Amino acid sequence: MLSATGLTCVRGERRLFSGLDLAVGAGEWLHVQGENGAGKTSLLRILAGLAPAAEGEIRWHAEPIGALAEEYRRHLLFLGHHGAVKEELTPLENLTFSARLDGASLAEAEALQALARFGLRGREDLPVRFLSAGQKRRVLLARLAVRKAQLWILDEPFTALDVKAVDMLSRLIIDHVGSGGSAILTSHQSIPLPHGRALRL
Amino acid sequence: MNAAIAVIRRDLLLAMRRKSEVMTALFFFIIVVSLFPLGIGPEPVLLKKIAPGILWVAALLATMLGLARLFAPDHADGTLEQMALSPTPMGVLIAGKIAAHWITTGLPLVLLAPVLGIQFDLDGAALGILVVALLLGTPLLSLIGAIGAALTLGLRGGGVLLSLLVLPLYVPTLIFGAGAVEMVVSGMSAAGHLSLLAAMLALALFFAPWATTAALRIALE
Repeated sequence: MLSATGLTCVRGERRLFSGLDLAVGAGEWLHVQGENGAGKTSLLRILAGLAPAAEGEIRWHAEPIGALAEEYRRHLLFLGHHGAVKEELTPLENLTFSARLDGASLAEAEALQALARFGLRGREDLPVRFLSAGQKRRVLLARLAVRKAQLWILDEPFTALDVKAVDMLSRLIIDHVGSGGSAILTSHQSIPLPHGRALRL
Repeated sequence: MNAAIAVIRRDLLLAMRRKSEVMTALFFFIIVVSLFPLGIGPEPVLLKKIAPGILWVAALLATMLGLARLFAPDHADGTLEQMALSPTPMGVLIAGKIAAHWITTGLPLVLLAPVLGIQFDLDGAALGILVVALLLGTPLLSLIGAIGAALTLGLRGGGVLLSLLVLPLYVPTLIFGAGAVEMVVSGMSAAGHLSLLAAMLALALFFAPWATTAALRIALE
């Protein structure tokens, strides 16, 4: 589904990687590994279409993503280092807004159910700034659960999560990949999920 | 379109939760405008003559106050990234953000201006034109300001650069906005000035969201 050929990323004077090829099909996921500063985040941002590659081409179903533009973004969910969670808004408001931004409408009952699934029951109406770092990440995970996207690009999704939340996220990814979706993620931990391939930068 | 309305609603909600930012600009406007009659003293003829200029300069500076924070919080927490990745064209979402900025900073100024204008002994006709001119001019200030805010996003010392960049672009709005009220005060028709303001607004409505989006995409790379 997603394939890239000859990707090169240059940051300032430094060449982070060059001639990188990758492909992720339906029902597969890719684990991007590398040291700090190896260019993992840069690669994910290039794949999401946020930053241009110095060289190389990215294709989604054999079409260049630049030409597909909005059509590609409809099938994409990108979670970066910063989660786009507003401190002043409640988890429920954050979740509803993200859904609207993704071009979907989210019924309140569905949103509440997703938040409850991630252990945020009773905190739906509390501004996010009163939540812990891990709970903030859980608000993001609730978004993964309600968004129907074919391709997930997740940058360090396991950061700041407790054991239980890591389990829940792993199960989300298994379900997503199992139902024909694909995922690309970075993590410093090894991830015990089936159907995965590793890419070292 | 739905997504743009969601952006407006969210920004208004955020403004409600962070009242201090909106209030700062509003109080700044009230205080600056009220200080002039106190400083100059009871000279109705002079006050009436300088009123349009003072009201417009104060409105312009009050709009400038919040500009640096227009995109900065969304940039810092990744919301801007999500907007760039939304299936809705980013320009539409950014137009929503600019609209929300106008509703929270421009519209209160429009509503307050006639009350403050009384201090300068402006009559009913002049106050009416002042409101119409501000109604056309304040969205223009938000639209032009958004381009400047996007261009200076993420820069150190961006605030100073922002004023240097935006204030010269505000000059035509200031001249025609204040000019419209002066015309009425001196007994002539303000139609010409108002038409020019409306023409500038139409042009900015079309181009500013697009230019702002292009600048934001560069800032995101």
